[in-house]
Amino acid sequence: MRKQILKYIEKNSKVDLSELAVLLGSDIVTVANEIAEMEKEKIICGYHTLIDWEKAGEDKVTALIEVRVTPQRNQGFDRIAERIYNYPEVTSVYLISGSYDLLVTLESKTLLEVSQFVADKLSPIEAVISTATHFILKKYKDHGTVLVKKAESERMPVTL
Amino acid sequence: MRNPLAKKVVGIQPSGIRKFFDIVSEMPDAISLGVGEPDFDTPWRIREEGIYTLEKGKTFYTSNSGLKELKVEICKYLKRKVNVEYNFNNEVIVTVGGSEGIDIALRAMLDPGDEVLIPQPSYVSYLPCTILADGVPVTIPLQEKNEFKLTAEELEAAITPRTKVLVMPFPNNPTGSIMTKEDLQPIVNLVKKYDLFVISDEIYSELSYQGEHVSIASFEGMKERTILINGFSKGFAMTGWRLGYACGPKEIIEQMVKIHQFAIMCAPTNSQYAAVEALRNCEREVQEMREAYNQRRRFLMNEFKRLHIQCFEPFGAFYVFPCIKEFGMTSEEFAMRFLEEEKVAVVPGTAFGDCGEGFLRISYAYSIEELKVAFERLERFITRLRAEK
Repeated sequence: MRKQILKYIEKNSKVDLSELAVLLGSDIVTVANEIAEMEKEKIICGYHTLIDWEKAGEDKVTALIEVRVTPQRNQGFDRIAERIYNYPEVTSVYLISGSYDLLVTLESKTLLEVSQFVADKLSPIEAVISTATHFILKKYKDHGTVLVKKAESERMPVTL
Repeated sequence: MRNPLAKKVVGIQPSGIRKFFDIVSEMPDAISLGVGEPDFDTPWRIREEGIYTLEKGKTFYTSNSGLKELKVEICKYLKRKVNVEYNFNNEVIVTVGGSEGIDIALRAMLDPGDEVLIPQPSYVSYLPCTILADGVPVTIPLQEKNEFKLTAEELEAAITPRTKVLVMPFPNNPTGSIMTKEDLQPIVNLVKKYDLFVISDEIYSELSYQGEHVSIASFEGMKERTILINGFSKGFAMTGWRLGYACGPKEIIEQMVKIHQFAIMCAPTNSQYAAVEALRNCEREVQEMREAYNQRRRFLMNEFKRLHIQCFEPFGAFYVFPCIKEFGMTSEEFAMRFLEEEKVAVVPGTAFGDCGEGFLRISYAYSIEELKVAFERLERFITRLRAEK
């Protein structure tokens, strides 16, 4: 039941619980309890809204920053990651396999803000060896949802 | 000038609700619950494979019975899904949709006067295809109290010395009814007792919501009596690709290949390559679609309960078949008024046989959001009808 609930609300956390119970062939008490439990256990870590900010007329710059760092004795990458993810404008930090170590995503109002963050906050961290910053130009698909307009269905209205 | 037409063809009645369909298609603002095909796009990896094979110029005929690669995958798939083993070499034919398979199976098996048992309500092509193959269609009206399953009593009562073929349309369009292993066993016994053959139309096999789909061909001694029809339209959301297949004893398949060879040559090459990808790598996509249909099915059953509309719970395909007898109208009258007053199209049960009278076919190949809007209108409509009474 948990997996089914998670799979559903991952795409639509706004669903009415009684409706979700019907869709999953369960009852509302079970579904509500499971969700409350999973919130407590931090399996469900939060509820987000997927927003097309561009359409909302809001200027936003999203940057992906590749960061190469020197891991620190006894703490590996965790301490450096923490120093980075504590900045509120940082939206995600991932440890990555391959030619660099951390992938940091950053949301800001302007390009200048991003470059200031990189120059003033990120690069001066002593363990940081180098950074490479990429700006997102257009979001086609985000969190499994295609953001560009889809063609209308051409199914005939009635077929046997 | 003399009459250019064959009596046999002219005598076949066009679907009686053609007029209703025409009205629907001229109402662009109507919402429809009348569709018999998935709302999902064909999974991208299948479409991409189609594009790739076009780029590669794989656009020639395949062998008459189909691409070897595809036939091999079909056999693996059937072994995996319904535990029946076919030889790809002479027990499989790839057809233009499941519907061609039905047509050529009947043509390969019927002599003039042979009777074909057709349980109804069911898909509309069995009856005319039987007539076109010079057979005699004998319909078996299924009953709601049996959840529209075929019972041994109903079957035995319809068998005559001329009976040759039984059509088994499960999971069923339009009722959504399925036949479980326990339901099939008594049917199997009779088929053997009376030395019949079965054309088992399993096109909705992937859309079964109560355990795995069971094929009648998997019963002991039934593979040699069964033409198993399946295809890619429903489970893989590939209706427009026109691709299906038939499997059975090589003596029958051989004759079917002959008809297919002269009438069709081969199924579309591009679709066949795409279907290889479907069978190899799309288990997950099919599973996701099945889950979505199942959620909608539960949603609709709950809505019928809420609205106090009688509807047995179906476990297959993407249809529900509610009973509207309480409103004292024919299915067609109900459908017409519902369309005119609330602009929602549903298919009268009578489109699938006279015994569909008093029922409607409602398709759930629609999103929950669309279904919600349609059911708000249905609620308004039946509240009005009940008040009128």
